[in-house]
Amino acid sequence: MTHRIPGKGLLIDRARRVKFTFDGKGFEGFQGDTLASALLASGQRLMGRSFKYHRPRGPLTMGSEEPSALVQIHEGTQQTPNVRATVQELYDGLTARSQNRMGPLGFDLLAVNDHLAPFFSAGFYYKTFMWPRAFWEKLYEPAIRRAAGLGRLSGRHDESVYEKARAHCDLLVIGAGPTGLMAALVAARAGADVILADEDVRMGGRLLADLPEVGGMPGPDWAAGVVAELAALPNVRLMSRTTVTGAYDDGTFGALERVGLHLATPGALPRECFWRIVAKRAILSSGALERPIAHPDNDRPGVMLASGVSAMVNKWGVDPGAVVVFSNNDSGLATARALFAQGIRIAAYVDPRALPVTEPFPVYAQAEVTGTRGRLGLRDVAVTHAGGTSLIEARTLALAGGWNPTLHLACHRNGRPEWSERIAAFVPRPGMVPGLVVAGAARGVFSTAACLADGLAAAAEALADLGLSAPALAIPQAEDTPYAIAPLWAVDAGGRAWLDFANDVTTKDVKLAAQEGYSSVEHMKRYTTQGMAPDQGKSSNVAALAVLAEATGQGIPATGTTTYRPPFTPVSIAAMGAGGRASGFAPQRFMTSDAQSRRMGAPMIEAGLWYRPSYFPRAGESDWRTACDREVKQVRDAVGVAEVSTLGKIDVQGADAGRFLDFVYTNTMSTLAVGKVRYGLMLREDGMVLDDGTCARLGPQHFLITTTTAAAGPVMRHLDFVQQAFCAGWDLRLISVTENWAQFAVAGPKARALLATLGVQAALPFMGCAPMTIGGVQGRLFRISFSGEEGYELAVPARYGAALFDALIRAAHDLGGCAYGMEALNVLRVEKGFITHAEIHGRVTADDVGLGGMVSAKKDCIGKTAAMRPGLLEPGREQLVGLMPVNQGEVLTAGAHLYNERDAATREANQGYVTSVAPSPTLGMWLGLGFLKDGRARHGQVIRLDDGLRGRKVLVEVCNPVFFDPEGGRMRG
Amino acid sequence: MADLIAELAVKGLPVTHGRATLAAFDPGPVTAIAPWPGRVVPGFPAPGQVLAAGGGRMVWAGRDTAFLLGAPAPDLGDLAAVTDQSDGWVWVTLTGADAVAVLARLTALDLRPAAFAPGTSARATINHLPALLIRTAEGFEIAAFRSMAHSLKHEIEAAMTAVAARRAL
Repeated sequence: MTHRIPGKGLLIDRARRVKFTFDGKGFEGFQGDTLASALLASGQRLMGRSFKYHRPRGPLTMGSEEPSALVQIHEGTQQTPNVRATVQELYDGLTARSQNRMGPLGFDLLAVNDHLAPFFSAGFYYKTFMWPRAFWEKLYEPAIRRAAGLGRLSGRHDESVYEKARAHCDLLVIGAGPTGLMAALVAARAGADVILADEDVRMGGRLLADLPEVGGMPGPDWAAGVVAELAALPNVRLMSRTTVTGAYDDGTFGALERVGLHLATPGALPRECFWRIVAKRAILSSGALERPIAHPDNDRPGVMLASGVSAMVNKWGVDPGAVVVFSNNDSGLATARALFAQGIRIAAYVDPRALPVTEPFPVYAQAEVTGTRGRLGLRDVAVTHAGGTSLIEARTLALAGGWNPTLHLACHRNGRPEWSERIAAFVPRPGMVPGLVVAGAARGVFSTAACLADGLAAAAEALADLGLSAPALAIPQAEDTPYAIAPLWAVDAGGRAWLDFANDVTTKDVKLAAQEGYSSVEHMKRYTTQGMAPDQGKSSNVAALAVLAEATGQGIPATGTTTYRPPFTPVSIAAMGAGGRASGFAPQRFMTSDAQSRRMGAPMIEAGLWYRPSYFPRAGESDWRTACDREVKQVRDAVGVAEVSTLGKIDVQGADAGRFLDFVYTNTMSTLAVGKVRYGLMLREDGMVLDDGTCARLGPQHFLITTTTAAAGPVMRHLDFVQQAFCAGWDLRLISVTENWAQFAVAGPKARALLATLGVQAALPFMGCAPMTIGGVQGRLFRISFSGEEGYELAVPARYGAALFDALIRAAHDLGGCAYGMEALNVLRVEKGFITHAEIHGRVTADDVGLGGMVSAKKDCIGKTAAMRPGLLEPGREQLVGLMPVNQGEVLTAGAHLYNERDAATREANQGYVTSVAPSPTLGMWLGLGFLKDGRARHGQVIRLDDGLRGRKVLVEVCNPVFFDPEGGRMRG
Repeated sequence: MADLIAELAVKGLPVTHGRATLAAFDPGPVTAIAPWPGRVVPGFPAPGQVLAAGGGRMVWAGRDTAFLLGAPAPDLGDLAAVTDQSDGWVWVTLTGADAVAVLARLTALDLRPAAFAPGTSARATINHLPALLIRTAEGFEIAAFRSMAHSLKHEIEAAMTAVAARRAL
């Protein structure tokens, strides 16, 4: 740490040394350093290679707006690319690598690009790599992406902990510089719920970097005093290391907090937390960002913003060496004076203005910096003045091109800022974001005294809106220097002058854009890629559009800005999606039989959010087919048990319940007798089938309907909508009872016998229902079947589900039966031609699935009118059919399309498609269900099943979709 | 046959991480009460209200719906639809000094006492889980779909762990 100034550095703790590596080389810094400050303190100015030309680069700034010093951080097997070295805090063992180089950082093989620069101007790739067209994707683009680009991801899942959280407040203050601290203090004393968010480690903003006096004490001390008072108040939440990244509707703000990124061993601590903050009022006190001046070779390591130089001196005690300051405004001059006062050698102060100043350091008025030298770091600066050009030796060139208010958040709701001639920058207009007031430097108020006053005024305004009164508070004394600037965007002295350091865009590129007709600022941005790097052009946008305005002659206000969009600084997707990886993606729903099913070795498959057993393998059963075939046979020959709790169950009660059900089902439910069950079909308003299920009448005014598993939510929503929109005031109440009941299907010729062994006398007729008692528990018994066998469903309160499942499978085993899974369930229902959402997929009518007769002619129902649209009635529609292979050994596949035997597999010749298939042990062949044009009239025809994806062609016979027991004798018993 | 044995909706509780504790909670019988349009059920809560009712609590639980907790299902005749929900939900309590910080990671609700006071209820999501929340003097009672008990515990515990890690800094 050879480049430290003794005694300086507000943020560093010299007693705590921290070891880290950069490109494999060991370095040492202090606790409180950023990676950038520690490297600079060790004399390492070179931190990366530029995006396109592979130019050597060091940090331009000391903040989150950094365009150049992007590095890759390695932690174990993880690597995080594009981390700003100026933001990354140092910790013991930090491992950082430079990016975008081929070979060592000091001798990048791709630096040859820099010598080819005349060919690599904006638009080069588009123009050059257009032909042959096929080469772009395979050859040109991968090669370009390898050469140009930023860091690399590890290619592994990011399994680190991230967090997302919400906060609510009366007033959100964004930025804790003098403006924000003052605003927060006033609002906090008034009793408002205040959140003060600041992206730095320590609050104070420019008070920490520039050390102005406030209220007769050093700025950092005043800031620390205010922060201490705020921290002690119960109505204030201080959020440091938190960048507010976006302004959204209704007072909602996004913010990214760096939680554990600064620790060597974060443990269970999240890396980052993405906050959604809802505030009644907000104050944007985000300050201003200094901008560079484009002059030839202004991108060498050692060329920095003047504000960055004061920050590195005052916050981290880093010695910049001899400094040339190139400034077009009074703030740059003030910086030169302040640095000089602290013992920094000012080799020259260069200003294009005619300055009548006498300083204790060399001043070049009416002069410009016209070049720099030094291969991997600045060595000297060429200053052109009235007397000619002088080469001035310097380690640091501090650029002070003026200040751009940090108004990004104010523009996130698509408000456009206006141009201020006074400060030669864009300033926000009032009311761009409802409820948000911009204060201080963020709206072009620059002196410390004015910022303090503005913070107080903004807080008073917000408090008035909140119905609180601002306490009397004296504004502390502070400097009130006026700000004068003579805009200078680019020095025209030949050579390349950089505007956008991150994307390697020079003044020439912008002029070329204008020359080629891309004269709108949005077109220039896309043509040159200016402002499209991770820094989003924070240090280049205004200068680039000023250069464009000059090239087109249309002036800056008419040129306007590009659109400011969130996020203000990069936000990792992992933080926004915190907790959503892997099993966190969606809730998991477990049935009451889940634990036992898993103990029985059943592979679980996800159906909706539910996990259901595929099959229950027995010893020696090596694949699903063997188990599935056995389970189907046992159901058909003896008895099978399956949990069906996943089906939606909705309690429908009220004097108008029957009337309501008649309206939502195609068939009539109001005539159903108590103790009976009826199959029902629901349509969407557009006439397509929504869902099917059963409707049981439990009492005169009490129905229980079931839905399919997948449609449980949508049907509940549909019924809620119909009730509220069309049936307001009816005596009708709906509530989901899906979760309250565990329900089990018991099916097979021995189903009744099984129930008898459990003490349940199943004297119900087919489609009957009745209360029952089983194992001392009150439940419900339904005689319904989805298998085609004599079937019952038993429902008990969910807490008894696990015990009942256990009792049922024991009883089944004793009778030669078994538990059966989803595979067998599917085979059983395909054999019977029962539909699922594979068939009622949203594009079929009741008639298409062969249930046109269920649409009652005697009454209206939801979807009935729309189902009568001509297109849904015309002949030639695809209708549900059964499909059997002509050669019985052949396998059918779902998703295949159907063609006439001699037709080619073309779109025009398509006759239909296959929706479900099942290997039927009962019939000894694969069976399929599908939709075929005029299918019901084509039973007996032989057509071709053609699965282009799997390369399968099978001749199939079209038949009735009910393959097994079409009369239903087994079911009715 | 032998009597069926009831199973707990959630296992592995209570757990404590830092200054928050998640515990299972038995609310007793749970009955959904939905008055018919135009009919008034005495003691029926307004949105967000929790009222004492015959030894139990009447908790606002959604549009025109209250859950009666901890008291037998009443016979409300022709005043309201009554539906047993005793087995439909898994109930937990989240208590401790950091309960609010934990919940702020799971729900969009404004948890400040002025917006969500002790003795009131709210419907919201716990991450993706539909839930009913009741604020008590000690913390929160949270009900979610019984089948989602595992996810409920997992999500709350993940937030508890992260909050505890911050406290340990």
